[in-house]
Amino acid sequence: MKALRFLDKPENRNIVLRCFFVALGVLLVIDFFIHKHAAFPWEEAPGFYAVYGFVACVSLIFIAKLLRYVVKRDEDYYNR
Amino acid sequence: MNTIPPPAVIFIIGALAIPLFRGRLKSAYMLLLPVLAFAGLLNMPEGRYWVVGFLEYDLIFGRVDRLSMVFGYIFTIITFVGILFALHVKDDTQHVAAFIYAGSALGITFAGDLFTLYIFWEIMAVSAVFLIWARKTEAAVRAGWRYLLVHIAGGLFLLAGTVLYVAQTGSPEFDYIGLGTHGTASYLILIGFAVNAGLIPLHAWLPDAYPEATVTGAVFLSALTTKSAVYVLARTFPGTPALVWIGAIMTCLPIFYAVIVNDMRRVLAYSLLNQVGFMVCGIGIGTPLAINGAASHAFCHILYKALLFMSTGAVLHMTGKIRATDLGGLYKTMPFTCLCCMIGAASISAFPLFSGFTTKAMTVSAVAHEKWYVVWFLLQFASAGVFHHAGIKVPYFTFFSEDSGIRTTEPPVNMRLAMGIAAAACIFLGVYPAPLYAILPYPVYYEPYTAFHVVGMLQLLMFGALAFTLLILSGYYPPEMRAVNLDADWFYRKGADAFLWFINTPMKKFGHGLRRVWFDSIPGCLLLLSKNPTGVVMIARDTLLFNILKVVDPADAREVEQRLAKLKAGYPYPFPYWTTSAAVFWVVLLLILYLLIFFNDRAGLTAA
Repeated sequence: MKALRFLDKPENRNIVLRCFFVALGVLLVIDFFIHKHAAFPWEEAPGFYAVYGFVACVSLIFIAKLLRYVVKRDEDYYNR
Repeated sequence: MNTIPPPAVIFIIGALAIPLFRGRLKSAYMLLLPVLAFAGLLNMPEGRYWVVGFLEYDLIFGRVDRLSMVFGYIFTIITFVGILFALHVKDDTQHVAAFIYAGSALGITFAGDLFTLYIFWEIMAVSAVFLIWARKTEAAVRAGWRYLLVHIAGGLFLLAGTVLYVAQTGSPEFDYIGLGTHGTASYLILIGFAVNAGLIPLHAWLPDAYPEATVTGAVFLSALTTKSAVYVLARTFPGTPALVWIGAIMTCLPIFYAVIVNDMRRVLAYSLLNQVGFMVCGIGIGTPLAINGAASHAFCHILYKALLFMSTGAVLHMTGKIRATDLGGLYKTMPFTCLCCMIGAASISAFPLFSGFTTKAMTVSAVAHEKWYVVWFLLQFASAGVFHHAGIKVPYFTFFSEDSGIRTTEPPVNMRLAMGIAAAACIFLGVYPAPLYAILPYPVYYEPYTAFHVVGMLQLLMFGALAFTLLILSGYYPPEMRAVNLDADWFYRKGADAFLWFINTPMKKFGHGLRRVWFDSIPGCLLLLSKNPTGVVMIARDTLLFNILKVVDPADAREVEQRLAKLKAGYPYPFPYWTTSAAVFWVVLLLILYLLIFFNDRAGLTAA
């Protein structure tokens, strides 16, 4: 169980986060060294997938936030 | 070949014997049924079997080809996993319903004609609802009724379409139909299929009902209804461009909901729709690569979606809680469940080495190959999005995030075994997809593990994760909250309320009014009138007279008023001068008048 408590400490969380950021950097670097058999020209742009993934998730969350204004109701909305 | 019964029959007839067994024998019997069915499948060469005459048509219970076999295998496998997961449940109704439900899915898969298809289609709707009702909460009972009504309506579309189709073509052949050649019939059939596949905008039943099902029932539900509909769509409507667009929209719209809903199984229900969107898109493209993509994606999807429903279900089973707002920090007490959930999450997100990676990519590259630019962007958006809500949100808010203080233990051993098997299958198919590729409908010339694909996918996912991390750390991430989020079911749920209000308020008032006028007021007037019609005439005359004289000659008016009062007080009797003799006099006068006119007429005619 000790190993499982690893994530409880804030300094350990920072280690995990740092590893994550390093992994991101590595992914961006290898991007320049691989052969791209792209179906569309824009796929060959360096870091295309990284940028698209980031933009997609940020816009997903902000649109979802806006969606709440339209669709959110009280929990007993259908039982009143 | 005809010596072994069809797999659907093994399940449906086998289900009826379940209540006869007790204890370990029952467990063994229930696990044996899918094994038997699977053995049967292995001994079914391609062809048509179990043909039964019905009126002037043939019902075909066993049309075996490569497409039906993929779905036959996975439906049998998932029944084994699902029933293993449910072994601890002491409720026979659920077990029987699950087997009949799985049997009907196999019946649909191997049906060779539209009539057989329709029969199993209806059995499926009715048996599935028991897995929702068995939860026995009020919400489940209500959601179950809605589920049933929606699916019966869908079934009626299918029936109407089938009847028209058979009338047009003269054959109930269940094969390629397409939208072009059969007019209304094909549209009706498509609507029937679309309801079960959860095609937007006919999808709302799914996130409405699945989160209300029992812990073990949801595993079967997540696997069978939508994927058997994917199968029938792949058979009847491949290469329909409309499906490409519907599929692409389906991959995107539900993920916005998945971000904001609170119930973890509802998040999974929305991500189920998103995944079915990829398959529908592939079917719409219709090339061999795309159909392979749809079929293999369905195969893997059933496994990892069941795994996700099992791991969240295990949490619900152990803690009684399923909302993100109530959960958190469970990785300490349920590490194995947590691990299984993360494997399912990695698979649905299509991480390299997990099963989604080797299958979903086929659909996406088929889309790229056919140069559907916009659809391609939508699918990539959805790929990043699915990682965000199913890949991160579900494990993060359930097992990590802020500790909810819940202390529990791992679920029973049968549940852990079932999750372990599904998790192992997810990794196996991710690392070594060749056995799956070998059973796909068309020969596979696809290599998922290229450097470009692996790096591209990892970039898409990891930078999506970066967005999540930054938003969580900065506090911009929308907080989980207890709420209802409106979806297309609003139209029939509030619509039904409005209909009931319309019946209960304006229609009821109108009905009451109509009854009062027709049965009380009008007969009352007639009754009063019939007691003394001449009296009424006189009262009417005096009333009129009084109103005129009031203006013209007030002195006379007073006299008339007195007479009128007397008449009204005396009504219906007596009236001094309207005796029988007077009546007879008028009648005689009338007869004479008639006689004169008659003779006059005759005279005129003779003269002419």
